[in-house]
Amino acid sequence: MSIILSANKVTKIYTSGSRSLKVLDDVSFDITQGEIVSIVGPSGSGKTTLLGLCAGLDKPSEGNIGLCGQNLNELNEDGKAALRNEKVGFVFQNFQLVPTLTALENVMIPLELLGQSSAGKTAKSLLDRVGLKDRMDHYPSQLSGGEQQRVSIARAFSNTPQILFADEPTGNLDDTTGQNIESLLFEMNAQEKTTLVLVTHDLELAEKTQRIIKLKGGRILSDTPTNSISVHG
Amino acid sequence: MGNFGYTLKTAYRDSRRNRPKLLMFVSSIILGITALVAINSFNYNLVKDIDEQSKTLLGADFVINGNKPLDPTLQNIADSIPGEKATELELFSMSFIPKTEETQFVRIKAIDGAFPFYGEINSQPKLASQEYQRSPSALVDDGLMLEHDLDIGDSIKLGEFKFVIAARLMNTFGNVSLGSSFAPSIYIGQEYLEETELIQPGSMVDYSYYYKVPAGFDMEEWEDNPERRKKFRDESFRLTTIEDQRENLDEAFSNLNSFLNLIALVSLILGCIGVASSVFIYIKSKIPSIAILRCIGMKGRQAFQVFFTQIFIIGFLAVIAGITLGSLIQLVLPEILADILPYEVSLSISWKAIAEGLVIGLVMTSLFAMVPLLSIRRISPLRTLRASINEESAARDIWVYIVNSAILVFLFLFLWNLTKDVMAALVFTIGLIISFLMLYGVSSLIMVVIRRYFPKSWNFVFRQGLSNLFRPNNQTRTLIVSIGLGTSILTLLFIIQGLLLSNVASMDAGNQPNMILYGIETDQKEGLQRITEENGMPLIQQVPIVTMRLAGWKGRTKADWMADTTRTASRWAINREARVSYRDTLASDEDLIKGEWKGYINPGDSIFISLDERYANSMDVDLGDEMVWNVQGTMLTTYVSSIRKIEFRSMRTRFFILFPSGVLENAPQFHVLVTKSPDNETMAEYRREVVKTYPNISVVDLGSILATLNDILSKISYIIKFMAGFSILTGIIVLISSLLLSKYQRIKESVLLRTIGASKLQILKINGTEYAILGALSAATGIVIALIGSYLLARYQLELEFDIIWWPILSIFVFIVGLTVLIGLLNSKEIIQKSPLEVLRKELGA
Repeated sequence: MSIILSANKVTKIYTSGSRSLKVLDDVSFDITQGEIVSIVGPSGSGKTTLLGLCAGLDKPSEGNIGLCGQNLNELNEDGKAALRNEKVGFVFQNFQLVPTLTALENVMIPLELLGQSSAGKTAKSLLDRVGLKDRMDHYPSQLSGGEQQRVSIARAFSNTPQILFADEPTGNLDDTTGQNIESLLFEMNAQEKTTLVLVTHDLELAEKTQRIIKLKGGRILSDTPTNSISVHG
Repeated sequence: MGNFGYTLKTAYRDSRRNRPKLLMFVSSIILGITALVAINSFNYNLVKDIDEQSKTLLGADFVINGNKPLDPTLQNIADSIPGEKATELELFSMSFIPKTEETQFVRIKAIDGAFPFYGEINSQPKLASQEYQRSPSALVDDGLMLEHDLDIGDSIKLGEFKFVIAARLMNTFGNVSLGSSFAPSIYIGQEYLEETELIQPGSMVDYSYYYKVPAGFDMEEWEDNPERRKKFRDESFRLTTIEDQRENLDEAFSNLNSFLNLIALVSLILGCIGVASSVFIYIKSKIPSIAILRCIGMKGRQAFQVFFTQIFIIGFLAVIAGITLGSLIQLVLPEILADILPYEVSLSISWKAIAEGLVIGLVMTSLFAMVPLLSIRRISPLRTLRASINEESAARDIWVYIVNSAILVFLFLFLWNLTKDVMAALVFTIGLIISFLMLYGVSSLIMVVIRRYFPKSWNFVFRQGLSNLFRPNNQTRTLIVSIGLGTSILTLLFIIQGLLLSNVASMDAGNQPNMILYGIETDQKEGLQRITEENGMPLIQQVPIVTMRLAGWKGRTKADWMADTTRTASRWAINREARVSYRDTLASDEDLIKGEWKGYINPGDSIFISLDERYANSMDVDLGDEMVWNVQGTMLTTYVSSIRKIEFRSMRTRFFILFPSGVLENAPQFHVLVTKSPDNETMAEYRREVVKTYPNISVVDLGSILATLNDILSKISYIIKFMAGFSILTGIIVLISSLLLSKYQRIKESVLLRTIGASKLQILKINGTEYAILGALSAATGIVIALIGSYLLARYQLELEFDIIWWPILSIFVFIVGLTVLIGLLNSKEIIQKSPLEVLRKELGA
């Protein structure tokens, strides 16, 4: 299997005035295509920062990140945006739907950015798959949290990404809804054979992935496979 | 991607849930463009009509005009003009109406020849205007005939001669000036003027020589001959071609145009401030959405395109609405102005004004909207993970500099085009930059000061309100700059309007004289004095006038100076026929600002004279300089011993050149008497008696002149107020929109406070404190800027006395602060009336 995401001696330092704070310190790992990996750690351990760097949303202070065969340090902001549009999907803890667009339009965004003429059809089919066939024309504020996260998952898979980043996808949901979303995420991931990088502090959820990278104080504490079988089968 | 269709689609989709916010943005543009198009359409129609009608207004192809007859040399030159000729002698005099035994101050036009060559004298009956010169008959102003209940066939006495009224005069020619409204006109044949005996030494008569040249003769070329021009100008004759007439007419309306242009500009700038501030706040509210789009893969440029397209299309629709409204309003303006214009202004749509409105509207809207829109490109997708992150600083964005420079350049070009004056445009542009920097400075300063000297002991609500001013996500700079600029422009407009109006009003104030009698000969002086006193009227001023001409100064002759191209003295000051007076004391409205006034000169001593400050400046002479005068053939050498400043607003005779007693007593002279009648009956009785006894004396009723002037000025004031109303409305809408949009900034905080138990009153107090400070600071800074600006405008541009009435300014301050607090509190209304979740869903959720 080829490597789809690699972090090589990645360090991130935030500076505020004369003070600087090292959030990530010399972090390195590789993730192969199709792998399902979780990044866990206590609050402030650098999980979300690492996710932002891996997805090209931010720049590392030192080191470099390779994503889908591209060195992110060599891409400008537009290049990274194009890479995300074509090969990356996102699911966020607080859903991050565009409030002024309907559920359908939210799912269509990545496809329309790609210039696909069948965006509407694909998006409808995806919303059907996540069980929101009847809620397509609703605005985010008219949907429940679980429904909003379903829209978010549909949107994440709309551009058939090679890699999907999920930041605490069930963090804002109750247990039942959370488990439904978990199942939907893993199920769709299995169907699409997408690499999944999951940031969570929920160890139970992490145990369902194939590999757990534990962070503490900005450094990798451990990087171990789990007993979970490949969700891709 | 880069697909325009997608950009359009996304822009449309996003706008659906934001229309109320975008409406605020739209209203500023609509009003700004409405004023611009209305005013420009009116101006262009006026100019077009002036072009078309100047020939008719002049009545001839060419006119030579002066206050004396042409001498034989000049007459010879003038005779070289081929074609038809006519002459006109115009003078102001009292007339006597035998039917009612009343008197009336009139403008007499004694014509010889078939003038006007173009257009016609509109008389009733029509035929009379072609025949009146052949008999002792007159064409009399219709208004005068109505006032005195006169009919055709009645008589009117001008000086010593009685004319039969042959027709009613429905309009007159030429002289498009406010002065033409003061005295009704009477046309008579020139050969009968002598019979009136009105032309006496000292009479002010205007001589006009009219020419109609054959087709093919180049009148402009004849007039442009420098040697010929010089000969006429040296003798103080004006030469006017149709082209000059056009320029004169343009000039006559330039002040009105300038003020209207100023208002158009003010409206537009206010509109632009509205655009910039509402887009700024709108874009701020869109940041989370843009971050999501960026995260999903939208490029910064694409995000910019989406929102720019959205703003541009809405701006375009607003500009179209503004143009439509503006064009409709200009249909009303000529109605309002009808009485002060010499002819009707056509009611046509001005495509030039519409095109200008469209271009200026779109460019200004786009540029001003681009300032906040540029920040979209820098919104980080990382915001999806972390709400507060540091964006790339705008200081590094070259486009910010390019757009800001483009705004300044465009503003300057627009102002230049409007004022046709590079310096004025530059000064105004710099003034705006300084105003902006002052407001920006004040807002930065207040944030630093409040943070440093934060009153920690105050109670929670006030501390919270104060801290809102410097906390992250604060709106201090945006609101202080937009409200401050809006306030300063509104206040400036108020002050200038007030100064213009009070300058007019002061002319009619209190105990001013209301009658001036002139053309009094020396032997009539005592008799007239007696009549005046018998009528119980005071002799406010009785002054002798000696006419003279300047023959040389500073040791050189006038001819010598005129040939000198480095001469600094102005032509008008050199060539004018000086009406000089003499006395031993200075009047109460004269201030000695330089030198010493010598009231009496013994025979044989050097003659020391006093000059008015403006005249001395125009002549470029100072204390001690020599001036030689030709007093009707006798040369008098004098020396400047003092410079006076004359209060020009009082209704008295005033003299640029004042001689001491003991010099001019024996020179040919006439006298002027200034008096005041207690009521209209006394005035009428007095006038009748004077005209009967001394027909050559003219009695000018200043009261009626002032009434006419006030009537005209009140119409101008009305236009000023009407158009200023637009600016004020634009300004208020800009303020309201900035404030209404600001609610989105504070809504999350307020809802959170509400959620954790803040009472209705506490929320209101917190927001009230914040908005009261913002309003007070913005209004105070704006007013200071307006005071500086209006002082400079009044002093250097309009040359008005800077006499401020404070209560309207104080009212503006109270109004702005009140409005700010009121809207601030209205913004909180929903928060305190609905459940927190409902508010969040409605305002932020969709």
